[in-house]
Amino acid sequence: MHLILFIVFAGFCLAGAINLLLQTHPINSALSLIVVMTSLAVLYLLLGAEFLAAAQVIVYAGAIMVLFTFVVMLLNAGREERTLGSRSARTVGFPAVVAILAVLATVILKTQGLGTAGLSENITSTEELSTVLFTKLLLPFEVTSVLILIAILGAVALARHGDGNGERTGGK
Amino acid sequence: MNSLLTQEVPLTWYLLLSAVLFALGVVGFLIKRNLITVFMSIELMLNAVNLSFVTFAHQWHQVKGQIFVFFVMMVAAAEAAVGLAIIIAVFRARATLAVDRIDLMKL
Repeated sequence: MHLILFIVFAGFCLAGAINLLLQTHPINSALSLIVVMTSLAVLYLLLGAEFLAAAQVIVYAGAIMVLFTFVVMLLNAGREERTLGSRSARTVGFPAVVAILAVLATVILKTQGLGTAGLSENITSTEELSTVLFTKLLLPFEVTSVLILIAILGAVALARHGDGNGERTGGK
Repeated sequence: MNSLLTQEVPLTWYLLLSAVLFALGVVGFLIKRNLITVFMSIELMLNAVNLSFVTFAHQWHQVKGQIFVFFVMMVAAAEAAVGLAIIIAVFRARATLAVDRIDLMKL
């Protein structure tokens, strides 16, 4: 059962990622990215990370992708025009991608002692995770909340720059 | 059929899937010509790395690998908010999303 679920959702994942590359309209790319993220949530669940599966659906497939689709619609982004791209991307980029993939694949395939994953074995409960998070790693957690706050302020400051209120000096 | 139902998946496959997703993200970063889809490719790479974190957390029965993914998600949320705000600012200034036309800093 685990094997079947893995094959199905890994297939969804890869199909979504390839579709993201092939689509020309940003909204189609965003929708295929949602497919990738939701199937990754299922894969997390198969690996026993139940809290992360929920967080993946809520944070990534929910919040972040809503933000993406919102911006695509706000800016009325149309079909992208296909250009050949820069020469450096073709001469350096693609060989580099192939090299990275080859190195990663050889390292992964040569690694000894990697285990297997079966269904319903050692699921990390949310309780276990939050115990570590709120005792040993409390300071990083609080620092991240400050980071999020700063990010919100930065996003607002960047996005309303040049708003024609008359009271702001920036913009044109 | 019974063996298919109980068969376990080697973690190598998860890691390979993660590597392939990461490579697809890099390819997307290189070939996409729209600022927003370039940004989506970055999110795809982040997700691919998260998958290998979860896989290794499963391998060594460590909770900290999953907590790392949790932090990556939070940072990714912050990054998406700021990045999309920058995209809106760029669109206001240049009235385009095509990366070929945003070339002010190009040599």
